[in-house]
Amino acid sequence: MAISRDEVLHVARLARLELAEGELDRFAEQLSAILEAVGKVGELDLEGVEPTAHPLDLVNVWAEDEPRPCLSADEALANAPDREGGSFRVPAA
Amino acid sequence: MSAWEPVIGLEIHVHLKTRTKMFCRCPIAYFEPPNTQTCPVCLAMPGSLPVPNRKAVEWTILLGLALGCEIAPRAIFHRKNYFYPDNPKGYQISQYDEPLCVDGRVVVPGSDGDSEVGIVRAHLEEDAAKTVHVGGAEGRIHGSESSLVDFNRAGTPLVEIVTAPDIRSAEQAKRFLQVLRQMVVELDISDAEMEKGSMRFDVNVSVREAGESDFRTRTELKNMNSFNFAAKGIEREIRRQVELYESGGTVVQETLHFDPGNESAPPLRSKEEAQDYRYFPEPDLVPLEPDRELVERLRGGLPELPWARIRRLEAEIGFTLAEGLVTSGRDELYSRVPGEREAVANVVMNELAATGVEPADVNAEELGKVIAARADIPRAAFAEALAASGDEGFSAERYLAESAIADVSELDPVIDRILGQNQQQVEAYRGGKEGLLGFFVGQVMKETGGKANPKVVNERVREKLKA
Amino acid sequence: MGLNRGAEGSVIDTFRLTAEEAAGLLERGEVTATELHRAYLDAAAARNDELNAYLCTVEDGAAGASGLPIAFKDVVSTKGVETTAGSKILAGYRPVFDATVAARCKDAGLSLLGKTNMDEFAMGSSTENSAYGPTHNPWDPTRVPGGSSGGSTAAVAAGLAPWALGSDTGGSIKQPAALCGVVGLRPTYGTVSRYGIVAFASSLDQIGPVTKTVRDCARLYEIIAGRDPCDTTTVELPEPVAVPEAEDLKGVRIGVPKELNEAEGIEPGVSEQVERALETARALGAEIGECRLPRSVEYGLPCYYLIAPSEASSNLARYDGVRYGLRSTPNGDVRAMYDRTRHDGFGDEPKRRIMLGTYALSAGYYEAFYGQAQRVRTMIRDEHAAAFEQFDLLVSPTSPTVAFELGARTANPLAMYAADLLTIPSNLAGLPGLSIPCGLSEGLPVGLQLIGRQFSENLLFRAGHALERALDFDYVPERYR
Ligand SMILES: [Mg+2]
Ligand SMILES: [Zn+2]
Repeated sequence: MAISRDEVLHVARLARLELAEGELDRFAEQLSAILEAVGKVGELDLEGVEPTAHPLDLVNVWAEDEPRPCLSADEALANAPDREGGSFRVPAA
Repeated sequence: MSAWEPVIGLEIHVHLKTRTKMFCRCPIAYFEPPNTQTCPVCLAMPGSLPVPNRKAVEWTILLGLALGCEIAPRAIFHRKNYFYPDNPKGYQISQYDEPLCVDGRVVVPGSDGDSEVGIVRAHLEEDAAKTVHVGGAEGRIHGSESSLVDFNRAGTPLVEIVTAPDIRSAEQAKRFLQVLRQMVVELDISDAEMEKGSMRFDVNVSVREAGESDFRTRTELKNMNSFNFAAKGIEREIRRQVELYESGGTVVQETLHFDPGNESAPPLRSKEEAQDYRYFPEPDLVPLEPDRELVERLRGGLPELPWARIRRLEAEIGFTLAEGLVTSGRDELYSRVPGEREAVANVVMNELAATGVEPADVNAEELGKVIAARADIPRAAFAEALAASGDEGFSAERYLAESAIADVSELDPVIDRILGQNQQQVEAYRGGKEGLLGFFVGQVMKETGGKANPKVVNERVREKLKA
Repeated sequence: MGLNRGAEGSVIDTFRLTAEEAAGLLERGEVTATELHRAYLDAAAARNDELNAYLCTVEDGAAGASGLPIAFKDVVSTKGVETTAGSKILAGYRPVFDATVAARCKDAGLSLLGKTNMDEFAMGSSTENSAYGPTHNPWDPTRVPGGSSGGSTAAVAAGLAPWALGSDTGGSIKQPAALCGVVGLRPTYGTVSRYGIVAFASSLDQIGPVTKTVRDCARLYEIIAGRDPCDTTTVELPEPVAVPEAEDLKGVRIGVPKELNEAEGIEPGVSEQVERALETARALGAEIGECRLPRSVEYGLPCYYLIAPSEASSNLARYDGVRYGLRSTPNGDVRAMYDRTRHDGFGDEPKRRIMLGTYALSAGYYEAFYGQAQRVRTMIRDEHAAAFEQFDLLVSPTSPTVAFELGARTANPLAMYAADLLTIPSNLAGLPGLSIPCGLSEGLPVGLQLIGRQFSENLLFRAGHALERALDFDYVPERYR
């Protein structure tokens, strides 16, 4: 199960990861080897087996609709790389 | 030229008016300073985890029931993965292939009979943050354009309602949306105020030739912020597609941003940069399995829904008034006011609405008396009565005591004077422009300070013009 | 005798002192909380340069504390104390809130010594994937401590903390505990809150104790376990935690899964120590029999390396340079900022797993990869459930090997992934696992893995304690004795 350079680029774009030229080849090779190994799950015929999304069989866990204290704007923004007033600033979206 | 049939489907987002957000207990507040209604969860700080709001789940079930949906025995939250500054976790918690409500049906009454709109699903999700674009006035060096992000709105519970492509005209779409809006307001689960953004919708539009059974390529109109704009936008998009096909072109699947001020709908993004949302079950949350007893209790408590009320009232007052009263939320008052039905409907829908008096405050019995005596009291007194109808202790008596001038000997000189001053119009009337009657009556009413009995004035003016 | 004895006559031998003994000193007024805290910071000052177990220490951590000091793996959010998860992308990030486990430790009077090193975002089995340099094994600094909680296990083994918290997704507590000769518990999924824990793979991550003894382990577990309203995947413990007393194994049925004990790559020296431990168990009264987990071991690793990266690809999407952490600012729009920030901020292993998981979830591949892995997970659960019909505990080596040389596996991700071969299957099934040291091979510790049914921590403690007493392993690394 090999993954092509183009597929690596596509996946990197979806994951919003810039890749340098050299990284692309290295990752394509490593990911191909890993995909080869994990592709093993395809050997099993598990038709009719329910998927397990979660190890516990819990349902309906929620909270009542009652407000709790918020952070202050200063706490909310304490780690912000860039801010303007009370807002987070980012390059144009 | 062949006949073209529009095919329209809607996706409606409705904010639930819970006290707190969908997955954290920050209060929902619309006009607070930025980032003051946030916590580690809605800011997606590392390690924070979502906890669903029970009320939001219950209200979604209630809405689903009102839409005639089946309530799923088991529903799952999924993650919808995409990057955008208003999406702090890098995924939105939404529902995917196991939503809470499926397979509903809404009857949309029309003047020419009912039509049905299928509801594919109604599911629960969280809203994004608010992003404001700002220019680079402060002279920051490169790419000084930037966006400011406020997470106060992030995580507000949203119900997304998806209809089947069952709608066949802009008018029908508008009516469906109005009736739906009224319904969520009456269920008391949303303000559904478009100016606030607490109700928003996207429209999918395609056209096909009459008789075709397959759907053609559709386009999506986003960011609709009023029913009238939606209707206008849909009509324009239908025209555009028909023209394209008739000139031998094809429609490209794309998202169009509707700008009501500008007669064009520029593409927002074409599907060539197709999103791959990589939905998968949200591992931080466990499934919902709505309690059947709760579902039945909610079903039992549903009020009579707007579409049913329109149908019921239509028999008394005709479709237009019935629809108007119901979608403006005034039919409850209409039902309380005694008297001739059409007269009551007209007053409640028009003159009373213009006063701004809250329908729920109105003393219906007394208002009925005023409406019944409408012809016999001065117009000014009638208007005053309507304006006072919501006041505590409102009584018709005072207004009924004033009587309109019905005495011909008093009215005739005024009428003669008006006719004398408007010879040209008199000629025109006699020449066949009978619509001018209202003009003369109006002038007389004005002259008498609204105190004349309009019925008597009408008769006298008509008689004199005949002479 | 410890090298780091405090003032003349100090009773604080941080190498040897168990948490329970330290608590005794406090109770009897022989030391103060501040003195204890100081003693471990002094030990860190003396040995952390060599080991790199701590990423940071908290000088005034004992202010207001009445109890023992503790170290947290750097995945635990600590209000005001830098929390990086071993990643450059979180450099300088100071949480404005405490993780639930941190708050519970605080409520129990514990003082925070510092944050321990780890593989970046807990992705790794050697603590070499840290953006802040590898941690070294206290038994032999040329070797890895295991991972990803290698900082916590090295700190406890080297007397830099009486106990610590780690996190375990595929074996990240159990495996480094084995390689460092300490006790590590991966609790039943859902017993310990994940609120405030920097997420790797949500359906697998669990926080657990790293300690010198099984009794210490039970005591720390008691502090952190129980339902948390902030984590909907937690439950109330079905029974209170019992600190083990019994020193026999009468009536305990121990299964020895063939596939877990005969897997390819298990070193003979490791098998030898595990067999010796089983003999000891038999002598203590346990019934021992062979059992099977026919496909769990063969398919566990591939299953894990689909599920964990898939969840991780989504969990790590929040590191986008908008609200906290690193931001790189190339020319261009916000996407260019994302792309560069994530390129600069993540190391190779997170990048590999993000891409692998993104691929496994993407259109056209979901069913064959993620969907199929979830079905394999069901199969693995069922196989474990079947084994637990006949046995109360399952036993195997924790790690196929003893601590390997630094750098030995860094070029080959698949070789690194194999380090968790024996811990992954029960993790996928959501079961608790305890690793205790059971002997030495080539002078390096060997770990014994005990796996129980869901919520059977008390039985794990009982069995672990009895074996620990009988095996009499000396947890002080030979070079420090
Ligand atoms: Mg949506
Ligand atoms: Zn919040």
